[in-house]
Amino acid sequence: MTLTLDRVNCYYGESHVLRDVSLRLEAGEVLGLLGRNGAGKTTTLRAIMGLLRPRSGRIALDGTELGPLPAHEIPRHGIAYVPQGRRLFPYLTVEENLRMGLLVRGGGAETLDPVLDLFPVLRERLRQRAGTLSGGQQQMLATARALCARPAVLLMDEPSEGLMPSLVDRLLDAVVTLRARGVGILLVEQKVDAALRVADRIAIIETGRVVREATPAELSAEPEVLLRHLGVRR
Amino acid sequence: MGALVLALTALGLSLVFGVMRIVNVAHGEFFMLGAIVAWYVSTLTGSFLLALLVAPVAVAGVAVLADRFVLRRIGYEPESTIVATIGLLYILQQTVLTTYGPYARPVEAPVYFRVDFPWFGYSGYKLVVAGVAAVLLLVTWMALSRTTLGLQMRATQQDREMAQAFAVPVGRVYTVVFGVGAGLAAAAGALIVPVQQAHYLMGLDALLMSFVVVILGGLGSLRGTLVAAFVVGLSDGAISVLFSPTLAKIVATLLVALVLAVRGRGLFGEELA
Repeated sequence: MTLTLDRVNCYYGESHVLRDVSLRLEAGEVLGLLGRNGAGKTTTLRAIMGLLRPRSGRIALDGTELGPLPAHEIPRHGIAYVPQGRRLFPYLTVEENLRMGLLVRGGGAETLDPVLDLFPVLRERLRQRAGTLSGGQQQMLATARALCARPAVLLMDEPSEGLMPSLVDRLLDAVVTLRARGVGILLVEQKVDAALRVADRIAIIETGRVVREATPAELSAEPEVLLRHLGVRR
Repeated sequence: MGALVLALTALGLSLVFGVMRIVNVAHGEFFMLGAIVAWYVSTLTGSFLLALLVAPVAVAGVAVLADRFVLRRIGYEPESTIVATIGLLYILQQTVLTTYGPYARPVEAPVYFRVDFPWFGYSGYKLVVAGVAAVLLLVTWMALSRTTLGLQMRATQQDREMAQAFAVPVGRVYTVVFGVGAGLAAAAGALIVPVQQAHYLMGLDALLMSFVVVILGGLGSLRGTLVAAFVVGLSDGAISVLFSPTLAKIVATLLVALVLAVRGRGLFGEELA
């Protein structure tokens, strides 16, 4: 499946937060979306999920226009969301959070096993309330919950935020595993190194505009680009 | 009995507040409407059982219409919904006044037996009311904790936007919740008619007591609502009998003030089921 954004424009009230954003994400590809705080990364993901309506432009998954759909129908087309700050349902148990993911595709007889195999820590905590998990476990659960919807496209917003380095590695491993299974992943990251490590392509967004698209190799060769747009010295 | 009927009414209010984040000032009128519909149905058909079934369904229907044509139009915006439901309160109350009239009319209890203890007697119908209310509470609880719809309701309560991102049709959930909330109040109203008589102003007291219970229990917590309903219902009953109903209301209000002063989010803050 291919996710395309074509000259998408979004506003929060009067402020113009996405300006002609065009992106393309193929199956089995990791697209890293980098930018400073407030550049429009999260807004881009919210627009794809239908949580914010673009004023103009087109968002489509293969042939299906997502723009006119109500927000709750978009996940059924195969897009799942791991939001910034996890946003689990804190008073639901781990198992109930995962069931919310299963329900996206109807939920019936499917089991949690494939997802629990990927994140074994969750298996022994199924009856625990999500809000009582540690930060790392919560991030695993947020990712696992999204995967329960068996998405073709996964939107991940700063999944490494607040995780210790060993957990970041585990999470990036999971990203690589998913890519190998053909899932297209749009990865928003503040940690530039992490994104450069797993992404096939990188898009840099600045004040609501995509200012550069390149491969990690190209960007590594031009440290001044990272410095100029992201303020990162490598 | 009083405690269980109060729990039923308050549970409806708590559910609506918890999931939809709106304060439904017209909640007491759904209670009243339940009693009035029960009176009409049992008077016309002679069957109180039928009245008990029709009242919650009919009132839930009214609530669904109110949701679709009023609350949804104003986007469930907190301040606007308070004003809108105050309007709804008067519309329902005055409609009943002009059609049903200013009378207090009883319905005969469907069962006659007395439970006699050596020191006092107890009307059998009150036990039936308590039993039915307890069953309805249990069913609501099970529905919330065990069914898919209940799971989606709890998820919507905790994070509306993420619920949408997981394919929950939040608009439909809101309509169902508002209908069920009103239906619970109407069931309580219908159950109480043989004991209290149907009157167009009976919703005001029900609203006040429900608010006391819901605030005491912690906004949005069903467990808190149940516990608080028992505390308030039993103390209200006991103080009313031993001293005066007015004193009972004063005590209930003071109790709320005390709990809020010590523990601002109520006994059990922020959780559903």
